[in-house]
Amino acid sequence: MAELQFREAIKAAIDEEMAKDEKVLIMGEEVAEYNGAYKTTEGLLDKYGYKRVIDTPISELGFAGIGVGAAMNGLRPIVEFMTFNFAVLAADQIINHASKVKYMTGGQIDCPIVFRGPNASAGQLGATHSVAYDSMYAHFPGLKVIYTSEPDDAKGLLKSAIRDDNPVLFMESEQMYGLKGEVSDEEDYIIPIGKGKIKREGEHVTLVAHGKMYHLAVQAAKELAKDNVECEIIDPRTVKPLDLPLIIESIKKTNRCVILDEAHPFGGLAAEVGFLIQREAFDYLDAPVQRVTLPDVCAPFAKNLFDLWYPSVKQVVDAVNQVTYRN
Amino acid sequence: MAKKKSGNVEFAPRGIGDEKSGAVQKGVDLPAATKSKHKDLGLSAAKLKAMYEQMYLQRRFEERAMQQYQKGKFGGFLHLYIGQEAISTGTTFALNDDDDIITAYRDHGWGLCRGITPSEGMAELFGKATGCSRGKGGSMHFAKAENHFWGGYGIVGGHIPIGGGLAFANKYEQNGRISTCFFGDGAVDQGALHETFNIAQLWKLPAIFVVENNGYSMGTAARRHTVADIVDRADGYGMKSAVINGMDVFSVYEKMKEIADDVRKNSEPWFVEIRTYRYRGHSMSDPQKYRTKEELEEYQKIDPIERLKTYILENDIAKEAALEKIEEKVEQEVLDAVEFADNSDFPKDEELYEDMFVEDDPYFHT
Repeated sequence: MAELQFREAIKAAIDEEMAKDEKVLIMGEEVAEYNGAYKTTEGLLDKYGYKRVIDTPISELGFAGIGVGAAMNGLRPIVEFMTFNFAVLAADQIINHASKVKYMTGGQIDCPIVFRGPNASAGQLGATHSVAYDSMYAHFPGLKVIYTSEPDDAKGLLKSAIRDDNPVLFMESEQMYGLKGEVSDEEDYIIPIGKGKIKREGEHVTLVAHGKMYHLAVQAAKELAKDNVECEIIDPRTVKPLDLPLIIESIKKTNRCVILDEAHPFGGLAAEVGFLIQREAFDYLDAPVQRVTLPDVCAPFAKNLFDLWYPSVKQVVDAVNQVTYRN
Repeated sequence: MAKKKSGNVEFAPRGIGDEKSGAVQKGVDLPAATKSKHKDLGLSAAKLKAMYEQMYLQRRFEERAMQQYQKGKFGGFLHLYIGQEAISTGTTFALNDDDDIITAYRDHGWGLCRGITPSEGMAELFGKATGCSRGKGGSMHFAKAENHFWGGYGIVGGHIPIGGGLAFANKYEQNGRISTCFFGDGAVDQGALHETFNIAQLWKLPAIFVVENNGYSMGTAARRHTVADIVDRADGYGMKSAVINGMDVFSVYEKMKEIADDVRKNSEPWFVEIRTYRYRGHSMSDPQKYRTKEELEEYQKIDPIERLKTYILENDIAKEAALEKIEEKVEQEVLDAVEFADNSDFPKDEELYEDMFVEDDPYFHT
């Protein structure tokens, strides 16, 4: 095992896949000469040259669509967005074209493309730079959506995403790029898309948490352990396909569940998982499922309001206390 | 002092009814047609007859399709290409067979040009499993990827970046192919066009972007939805450009061949405005109140199929009887296509879940 920063794990995945397959290329704002806005592509231009590491203008719709067309015509592009907040400008290409072209042509055209970049809030960046989009894209048939929490998952899943013959959205976080973690040094390390992981075993309550929320769950679990409440933490890693059996199995053991999601509450992953649990494990539940999400409010700038807005360890602890009837 | 408020505030320019002279409004001003004869263009008698057959096929295919639609044989949208056939035909004859073509939802003619058989096309309109897109696409999503016809797309302007992407892959692979991307005049107002033009010029993509300007963005005349001449947009990007008379197949063929050669040689994009006219409404539900009957008649007088027919007869390339034979053959093919479509099976229920993902056994959320 080697200790890598999140950004190094991502770079390693891209590097290995580019070395392996000439058809893999990366394009996006500042990915080449600037070495990546968050340094996830550092050194790749020097290694692979201007043909395969391509700086784009700030034209998300334009270059996302060029990526889609290139994928249809035989290449395997990685399209980097500086944040998924900007990818909203390219939503037509992701939602109306990449996800649908195979179906509407009766299977004639494949679209092996990865759209990747940071997702969700990164501190006091205001309303337009702070949204989590994983649930939104997971709504659409034809897309696979990954939002990982640790460098090891990021490496293994990004390599899978690049090899996948379908369109995949791979989400990261500005605030996690510097996070260090042990990464498997197994040659050609691959984690299959759609497989979650039990990251902490516990008997009293199941916490479902992915992306940055996983780290909140870890902190809450530490707090609760002081009170002898043992949390089981499931990191789905892939939002879609969702590893529902893993979650249900855990609920059958703990009989209680709190879902953490960095999105707004309406129609997000937390809502979806909550529904699925009542359908699949209704008789196993000892308390209504609770969730911790952002409120149904835009991201504020002011520090005090931001702290109110962003999910906290206290909210998670309170939710656990609620499902364990400890309050 | 605040400026006095005007009581008469307007935004979009008005449509028909405000002409002062009583002259017929024209959807587009056609540039002069080429003076080149078929021999100057290197077109043999056999090629001319093939062009005629192709144009006639597109026309009759759509006329029969319209009939079947009105009989209730299929639903959904039906956008007819009638009047614009010289563009698809002239272009496909000018390109290499492995050059890429991608277009918008007015796509039947393009599909027929690129080897979708009348039966596969009609069956697609009927939503049958034997259709070119297995009944999954319908009128707006004809496609034949193996022949480098990447399909018709339903979001106005959405396929323009994709056309750039097809060209990107050709440049990346250095395979000698070029890509062509066709769209209507309404798409010119989309940001997707401008982003793609900037990148295509900056990255020297081997692409030809073509607006088939038929004078109307659905029911809105070009002068009411966009400023200046459409082709002038090329200047802002330093892109090579041309205007072509789209009611004349020779003009389309000649210029598109010249442009394709240039793109293949220099790997630089072009923006081409081909002016044309659609005889039918935007779709089948269009009452066409935005234009006059007289205007339509002006263009029907210069019908591209009649024009080619006249040329063939006047230049003694084929006798009337020979053309009639072609017409009868096409007529029969189209009737057979209707019968084929009618008799074909709808997709099986389990096909609802096919073609979403590459895997044989993909995950579907329930």
